[in-house]
Amino acid sequence: MMSKKTKTRASAQMLDGNHAAAEAVRLSRAQVIAAYPITPQSPVTEKLSEFVERGELDAQYVAVESEHSALAVCTSASMVGARVFTATSAHGLAYMHEMLHWAAGARLPVVLACVNRAMGAPWSVLNDQQDSISQRDTGWIQIYARNNQEVLDSIVQAYRIAESVYVPVMVCYDGYVLSHTEMPVDVPTQKDVDRFLPAYEPHTILDPANPRNYNLVTLANPRVNAEGVLCHGYMELRYLLQEALQNSREIIINVGQEFGELFGRSYDNMVWEHRLDDADVVMVAMGSLAMEATVAADMLREAGHKAGVLGLRVFRPFPKTDVAKALEKRRLVVVFDKNISYGSEGATCSEIKSALYGKSTGPVIRNYIVGLGGRDVKAREMADAVSKWLLSMKDGDLNQEYPEWICAI
Amino acid sequence: MKTTAVNIAEKEYLLPGNRTCPGCALSLAYRYILKALEGQAIATVPASCLTVLHGMYPVTSVAVPCVNTPFATTAASATGLVAGLKALGKEGLTVLAIAGDGGTYDIGIQALSAAAERQTDFLYICYDNEGYMNTGNQRSGSTPLGAVSGTTPILGKQQNQKDIAAIMEAHDIPYVATASATYPLDLYDKVKKARTIQGTRFIHVFTPCPPGWFFPFNNTIKIGKLAVETGWAILYEVEGGVFHLTSASESIAQKGKLKPLREYIAEQGRFKNITEEQINELQDRVNVRWKRCLERAGDSRS
Repeated sequence: MMSKKTKTRASAQMLDGNHAAAEAVRLSRAQVIAAYPITPQSPVTEKLSEFVERGELDAQYVAVESEHSALAVCTSASMVGARVFTATSAHGLAYMHEMLHWAAGARLPVVLACVNRAMGAPWSVLNDQQDSISQRDTGWIQIYARNNQEVLDSIVQAYRIAESVYVPVMVCYDGYVLSHTEMPVDVPTQKDVDRFLPAYEPHTILDPANPRNYNLVTLANPRVNAEGVLCHGYMELRYLLQEALQNSREIIINVGQEFGELFGRSYDNMVWEHRLDDADVVMVAMGSLAMEATVAADMLREAGHKAGVLGLRVFRPFPKTDVAKALEKRRLVVVFDKNISYGSEGATCSEIKSALYGKSTGPVIRNYIVGLGGRDVKAREMADAVSKWLLSMKDGDLNQEYPEWICAI
Repeated sequence: MKTTAVNIAEKEYLLPGNRTCPGCALSLAYRYILKALEGQAIATVPASCLTVLHGMYPVTSVAVPCVNTPFATTAASATGLVAGLKALGKEGLTVLAIAGDGGTYDIGIQALSAAAERQTDFLYICYDNEGYMNTGNQRSGSTPLGAVSGTTPILGKQQNQKDIAAIMEAHDIPYVATASATYPLDLYDKVKKARTIQGTRFIHVFTPCPPGWFFPFNNTIKIGKLAVETGWAILYEVEGGVFHLTSASESIAQKGKLKPLREYIAEQGRFKNITEEQINELQDRVNVRWKRCLERAGDSRS
């Protein structure tokens, strides 16, 4: 994905994921920021407060009393026409749940950084992806970063995407693994980001001279207005949200491509690949876990297996066509999930099965639940998990009802 | 100068015809609130009777820009409107957060308290019909002792109300007032004054509810007046920490005395199962509150 042509004078800095996120928000010129501290997100809010107090970012920073209020501040500020940002993790995201639906339903281009963390009970401040996956049906676009450069780049792109399709965007990155780990990050110049990201043009009008009433009670069926014009019912508004997400793929790719032309790092696909060309065994994962999978794939290659990795960059909209194209001709697909839909399987595994439905040459699909509550996932374990299925494929059951777990039970 | 029926602004922002119940005091109060703001406001409204008043898409009965917002978020939404306007350099508009007693005393108090602590520059109006009336009359933190409701159906409520205006006053905000829909000019003047003040401003508006309180819908004004005349509702304002009784409450303090609370209670079906003991407790509570108000008013005069 790293393109060789670098046109701009960015500065390489050692940044952890939270600092990279804050830099992205500063460069995106967010105008209203509202957030509530939670581990491991809190350094993002501290850094942004610092930017605002130092005068390095001209924004209103609202230190709210809860995540629910954080997103309510953002939705209403967005209605006025401000570019807004919030960040949270785990319980904070769960506490926002109602407002997540509201932001998407109201079609507001809110950008949220979710620093992925496990959900209680019992308490855990460490990483998995149960928090954001549990919010997959709220109507938000979800992008998962695999390193800190992608954290920064994805947030800047998120504003372009959100403000083009009027759908909020959640940029997810793994707690501690990325949020608290320093890596070299190219920080673009303000001038270049300004070229890429024009000022927000709101689609909402809150003006006494043209009084409008937003998000009124809306009946199921279309209804005529005072001029006799038939207007959408609730159902039509929901259709339009789904349509916006369905159609956002093209915009996400175009924005990623344009970003690449300006900054030398292209994001012109919903998924990314590692040694996939001739692979007959493919490991699938999201976020930093997919980076670990690349090491596992290299190990499998050394052992003589044709292994590769498909990394999912965008989870909503789910890139069904891209995934099907990448996986339909493979022999074995092993999906690693840092989340689980209890009573079923890992969320990405379900999506991949759904994407491959009806393909005559579909691969055998296996699912592993790994890394919950910060459990370390070693590349060796992932490689062994794949080997196990390679050995048993001849006599193994094609339909595995429930996932396997890499844990002590 | 006090506003009268003669010098009040003529322009209406609450359009004729809305979806509230017959005799709704909120409808009356809202009309005067919007008039006092001359429409130069952005309203934020949570799930409540006011949502019903605002109409159903694509038709609204209110000619003021408005965002609807989830139940718990009135003050947070208002904070967002204030922050957004400031970020965009837009001046001259009042951000009006307006919620019922359920949305203020109960589910919205966290966001409201925090916004007041941050001294956010908005006007918050709580219209108090003493229960969850939009969902069909369930008990709230404002339902009085002894009142039956959907969730206190037989015995009536066993606890007293919170004093929300006192809670807000404890936040050291520049303006706190109480008003009643049935004294609309007093309400109008308070909103007009609040409009000119910076920081968090809070007005509690007493809004009798015919279907929820079980009185005939043509008795709204009578019930509202009785509430003030018995001291159940006391009209006052606290501006910069200085307390004043206003309107009818001020007149009663100067030359009259309160009517027995029993007269107010007897007019409402919601108190059908109230006990003598509870009536006495409510009367004692009114007496204590009234005495405190007289003392505070006296302190301010001296």
